[in-house]
Amino acid sequence: MVHTPQPGRSVVFADGVRTPFGKARPDGLYAETRADDLVVACLRELLRRNPALPPERVEEVAIAAATQSGDQGLVLGRSTALLAGLPVTTPGYAIDRWCAGAMTAVTTTAASIAVGALDVALAGGVEHMGHHPLGAGMDPNPRFLTERIVSPDALDMGKTAEALHDRFPQLTRQRADAYAAASQQKFAKAVANGQVGADLVPVAVAGSAQGWGLASADELARPETTVEALAGLRTPFRPHGRVTAGNASPLTDGATACLLTAEETAAELGLAPRMRLVSFAYAGVQPEVMGLGPIPSTEKALAKAGLGVDDIGLFELNEAFAVQVLSFLDHFGIPDDDERVNPYGGAIAIGHPLAASGVRLMTQLARQFSEHPEVRYGVTALCVGLGQGGTVVWENTAWEGER
Amino acid sequence: MPVHVRTLDLPGPGGAPAGRMALLTLDSGDPRRPFTLGPATLPELGAAIERAERLVLDEGLVAIGVTGANGVFCAGADLKAVARTPSPEEAAATGALGHAVLGRLATTTVPTFAYVNGLALGGGLETALHCSYRTVSTAARGLGLPEAHLGLVPGWGGTWLLPRIAGPDVAVQVAIENALAGNKTITGPQAARLGIADAAFEPADFLLQSLRWTASVLAGESVVERPGPADEATWAAALARGRAVADARVHGAAPAPYRTLDLLAASRTAGREEHFAAEEAALGDLLVSGELRAGLYAFDLVQRYAKAPAGAPAPELARKVTCVGVVGAGLMASQLALLFLHRLKVPVVLTDVDQARVDKGVDFVRSGVEELLGKGRIDADTANRLKASVSGSVDKAALGGADFVVEAVFEDLAVKQDVLRELEPLVRPDAVLATNTSSLPVTEMASVLQHPERLVGFHFFNPVAVLPLVEVVRTPSTDDAALATAFAVGRSLGKTCVLVRDAPAFVVNRISTRMFDEVVRALDAGTPLLEVERSLDELGLPMTPFRLASFVGPAVMLHVHETLAAAFPERYRVSDNLRRWVAAGGPDLVTRKGPVEETGAAEGLFTTGSQPLSGPEVLARVQDALADEVRRVLDDGVVAGPQDVDVCLVLGTGHPLFTGGITPYLDRVGASERVTGRRFHPAD
Repeated sequence: MVHTPQPGRSVVFADGVRTPFGKARPDGLYAETRADDLVVACLRELLRRNPALPPERVEEVAIAAATQSGDQGLVLGRSTALLAGLPVTTPGYAIDRWCAGAMTAVTTTAASIAVGALDVALAGGVEHMGHHPLGAGMDPNPRFLTERIVSPDALDMGKTAEALHDRFPQLTRQRADAYAAASQQKFAKAVANGQVGADLVPVAVAGSAQGWGLASADELARPETTVEALAGLRTPFRPHGRVTAGNASPLTDGATACLLTAEETAAELGLAPRMRLVSFAYAGVQPEVMGLGPIPSTEKALAKAGLGVDDIGLFELNEAFAVQVLSFLDHFGIPDDDERVNPYGGAIAIGHPLAASGVRLMTQLARQFSEHPEVRYGVTALCVGLGQGGTVVWENTAWEGER
Repeated sequence: MPVHVRTLDLPGPGGAPAGRMALLTLDSGDPRRPFTLGPATLPELGAAIERAERLVLDEGLVAIGVTGANGVFCAGADLKAVARTPSPEEAAATGALGHAVLGRLATTTVPTFAYVNGLALGGGLETALHCSYRTVSTAARGLGLPEAHLGLVPGWGGTWLLPRIAGPDVAVQVAIENALAGNKTITGPQAARLGIADAAFEPADFLLQSLRWTASVLAGESVVERPGPADEATWAAALARGRAVADARVHGAAPAPYRTLDLLAASRTAGREEHFAAEEAALGDLLVSGELRAGLYAFDLVQRYAKAPAGAPAPELARKVTCVGVVGAGLMASQLALLFLHRLKVPVVLTDVDQARVDKGVDFVRSGVEELLGKGRIDADTANRLKASVSGSVDKAALGGADFVVEAVFEDLAVKQDVLRELEPLVRPDAVLATNTSSLPVTEMASVLQHPERLVGFHFFNPVAVLPLVEVVRTPSTDDAALATAFAVGRSLGKTCVLVRDAPAFVVNRISTRMFDEVVRALDAGTPLLEVERSLDELGLPMTPFRLASFVGPAVMLHVHETLAAAFPERYRVSDNLRRWVAAGGPDLVTRKGPVEETGAAEGLFTTGSQPLSGPEVLARVQDALADEVRRVLDDGVVAGPQDVDVCLVLGTGHPLFTGGITPYLDRVGASERVTGRRFHPAD
């Protein structure tokens, strides 16, 4: 099927990069590196990779973070624009939708481009979970609990994943572990094939005990993972539960950014667009099962585009938890090992720096599009704490048409 | 101060790894202290290089890199350790150790890269020069070879490497011209332009880009072009230029610049090992020389000692200064007003007796602000702010809002007393009053005040925007709050303040005048003017005596002589020839620029005796007079110690570091013992 064009100008994803993802731990890659510096690394790399783009043409820098304080606190889009050496005339803002932060940075700037408010934007996100553990400094309104607006478990992401296992008994721990092991293997293969490194920006990292080093590869993956080994892991969120450190995404430090333009601006500047934005949508679900969020958001985005799930040739789904991806796949009738889904592996292997992940999905989808000119449409989707989902549908600019 | 060694994958094109390298980080472990090379760190760097070399063999590394931390690459040799070097043999051994350690960076089996992230002085820059390639951060500041300024040579390979990398012209510029210009340093972009660094990258991702560049050099994609050996004419011109600079600056009086030039000259044909041996020999001589000890002493004085002025009250006693009054709108007063305005950025009110003078003063300040704007020292908004912050009035009541009022009216005690008397009821009760006098007794000015505790002397040196010294004068009645405020203001003005007791002509003028008086005595006795002028070359002063007198103004000189002759008639006098010179309008007796020559103005002006002195006799008499006067200054308790005298002379009149100001020199030449029977400083 051919998608229904959305109102406004056509918006394209011209390029995307990310830092290597590090362990959010005192011995992690970025323990002594600032979160805003990770964003700066991405912004500068995008400008370097796209010399056809005059920096003064960047009209907005939107950067997301789930915690907006400390080194993620100073209006990230504006402060990182200045730190990256963009002209003072470039405005910017900070944005937050927790795990869909970078995705929201993309869709919000894309909407501005579509209505003609601007031509070129940089959008991305960062989460230094080592500096900012999820929920640190939060002060949830007591009414959530006293009026039973949400269950206390809704704010513990691991417990929401357990709740998904409860809701769908067919989503067993065995299926989750098998999915997780496959994610690790797919990622290891993609790294070996050079499909991951091509969009990484290395980051010089300070180490007061070791001196300067260079973060040039992700450090969270466990390629040696087997289903058998996963079966032995403990379930920290519930005794005899199903969610483990092995079938969930690890705590991660990292940043992402991408370059969005109006399609006509890309043509004017001579940029090579990789993907065309087809539609996007967000949707809310019960916070206790926040992992279901991508289902209604994807249905909504597909409906807007006039497409069915069968039209989608590639899926980049954030693997906050294996069970959450599996609930999506079951809903749409897609097999657990469908090769259209997360061909390079996912967050279980790579890591999930909350607000940064959305653009990682897009950057990977863009690379897969270039490898698969037979695929016309792809989906990037992720779930969001407190019960949301976000989905963006993309069209492959390298699509070669019906044969 | 650890030297870290870490291995990393070089980033190749498209994110592909381009081989592994070892990266050494020079890390002081303390962001407030720079990394230096001393008895502990030099061997540690050697061990780190050795570890990297072993990794090259064991793990097939393709390169070794060196970088720094916290905006510092390496601040060079640890001066404290240098100052302890006891014998010529050990001094030469220090040189040999430096060559052995740093030289390894040039002899490894893989290329070496210095990533100069910031400050790189002396041995720090030499560390980079030993490497095969250098990148530099565009934000780096403080690159240079200051050795000749301190009394040393760049003796860890610098005199051999720098001309080979960047040519003799650049070597002379960095090691001689910049070093002797008060230790001027260059920036990262300048280093790249001069060919000292092969590539420059912005600080935001300096190390990443340096590593990428490393990969591209190793892959043969980036090619570094270096100038070939310079021809003889280029060498000769560069060395001649260096010699002229050295002569103008130290008049042959300090050995270090000349040894540096000799080494640069020899480097043209000398082999590496042979030349390094020559550097070590030079270090062996210079490290134990009196000039170096004095240089290190004076360097420490201005860098560290003077930052916490001896005897100053606790800084927290200072009152906040939010508005400054300047009484007088003459040239000195206007210069002060501009300085206060520029540095303190608070409203400045000028007053004088008639409107024309007030207008002239305010105009002077406003055009001074325009000049700062034109030079890029301030931006347009600041210029607007400053111009709007200066005002003038003929009514001293306009000073009512000022918390710090400095008077700079005519240098006459009665006039100044009148001004202070008139001022006191008009200003805030807690306002600090300061008098800018060069030789009048502050105590007598205080005597006319109801509240003498708030008067301080605040003696600037001309030109006030340039010379970094202020003598802060305490009278017996000055209280700690007023004094602390004066020190705080002086510091905000960017000046080094020295606390002096109220005594005739304080320190700088008292000692300089004693010296000049001795010079005039020699002239009076019939010594030819030029003989007199050349006699003090050994002191390395920025100007010969009569050049300085012309610069200061003969009338001002006469005034200070009169003050001191009145205070100390047994030692100071006023020469009739000095009076004649002033009476004749004070024409320049010698040329103001270039080689010192007579202008002819002295012809028939003076009445002189017929017992001329030789240059060495004049010098000896000056040494003796200085030793005597400095001892008296100390015995009178004018300042806390000889260090304060030396700070005053280095910063107030530009005495060179290699004399240590004056007291180490007087000890070294024996004048202090000859005249007073004891030294100023203990013998080593």
